[in-house]
Amino acid sequence: MTPPANPLALIAELTHRCPLHCVYCSNPVELTHRAEELPTETWSRVFQEASHLGVLQADFTGGEPLARTDILELIRAARMAGLYVNLITSGMPMDEVRLTKLIEAGLDHLQLSFQGAREDTAQEISGTKSHAQKLRVLEWLKKVRVAVTLNFVIHRRNIDQIEEMLEIAESSSATRIEFANVQYYGWAFANRERLLPTRAQLDRSLEVIKNAETRLRGKIRIESVVPDYYAKYPKPCMGGWGRKLVLITPNGDALPCHAAKVIPGLQFANVKQSALREIWETSEAFEKFRGEAWMQEPCKSCDRRAIDFGGCRCQALLLAGDPAATDPVCSLSPNRSKVDALLADLNGPIAGAGVGPAPPAEAALTRPDWLYRPNPA
Amino acid sequence: MSPDLQSRPRLAPGCRLNDANKQQQVLLMPERALRLNGPSLEIVQRCDGNHTVQQIVTELQQIYSKAEPKKVETDILGYLTLLADQRALDFE
Repeated sequence: MTPPANPLALIAELTHRCPLHCVYCSNPVELTHRAEELPTETWSRVFQEASHLGVLQADFTGGEPLARTDILELIRAARMAGLYVNLITSGMPMDEVRLTKLIEAGLDHLQLSFQGAREDTAQEISGTKSHAQKLRVLEWLKKVRVAVTLNFVIHRRNIDQIEEMLEIAESSSATRIEFANVQYYGWAFANRERLLPTRAQLDRSLEVIKNAETRLRGKIRIESVVPDYYAKYPKPCMGGWGRKLVLITPNGDALPCHAAKVIPGLQFANVKQSALREIWETSEAFEKFRGEAWMQEPCKSCDRRAIDFGGCRCQALLLAGDPAATDPVCSLSPNRSKVDALLADLNGPIAGAGVGPAPPAEAALTRPDWLYRPNPA
Repeated sequence: MSPDLQSRPRLAPGCRLNDANKQQQVLLMPERALRLNGPSLEIVQRCDGNHTVQQIVTELQQIYSKAEPKKVETDILGYLTLLADQRALDFE
């Protein structure tokens, strides 16, 4: 058997500790405790192994990666291994001196996450007063040489603020913006009834983004991810299972995607015991949904199977109860009606007509308030 | 939009070649990587804030002297536009 093509990026979840409590956090509901986090030396070995395996980029994320007191050593170690270093941060545990040190250590690209364009929205979503600090970080970023992306996570409560988000970006040194609609797993799945935008909101936002792309061409690159509940076909989740990305959790488990631990029965190898190449090429979790042998109809005979790889396995589990099913957001899925029913609740019976009722009144919601992500012990 | 022949392209912050000891040369940039072969590597290596676009064209026309000079220029302008759209270049 020929070994699989090498991964291109290593997503390093350095910690699950975070000063924010975002209601759509991509961390698993079961957070890793600080005492279980990998030490500096193990991460450094993993960066070397990743580079030998063909990985080009490391994405330092969390939690808040700056919660690691060894962050400078980790950046140096990844650069020494030959990797390009991305840091995805809330900007909270940062001051001007620390920023300068990060860049001196070799940071290539800093992605600053925003919860909204206004303090009140950001506070509602992150459960913390955080927006003013992010604006301060943007001022410091103007004085240093590093690539800057602003990451706006989009949902019903802030999707009408895209113009204001663009204003923030245009008055900063950012060369890239991500408008990433929330994907519904974990914490976001629990808060879905408050997060999912209406069709009318989505259509309007896409128009605003399209105009901005034209206007800002050559100045700021805009990348936009739609909420796939509204898509006709699923996203090629992670670029295909075990095809491009490997994620390491704070305690060293190697996962094919952020949410893979929700899939029952999957065993994950750990970098403390196994070499990354062995994990990538032969471990059960990475083999499970690699290639096409696991596919069911309609994916099995579908022309799009090499484009979207059947969509997202975790979403198939969450919505269809079977991780090997076609992603239920696909219009060809026998389970699409479950997604359509949700959209009809939100938009009225003619989903897509753009004339649905207002979002449900708070009283109609099943959960009394947001479920905030706590901090691990 | 085609770049001005007198401007001096320079790799934008966070855009760089990978380490020289790797077999395949790659232009690394935020969340993306471009494989570079002969001509594209020659172009990117000259995006240093010193060469003007015109100088890059002239130098590559000398290196690829068997190719039609006008075609070399068109290809270079096209490639610089692609890099600019990826936000990999600043023009000084």
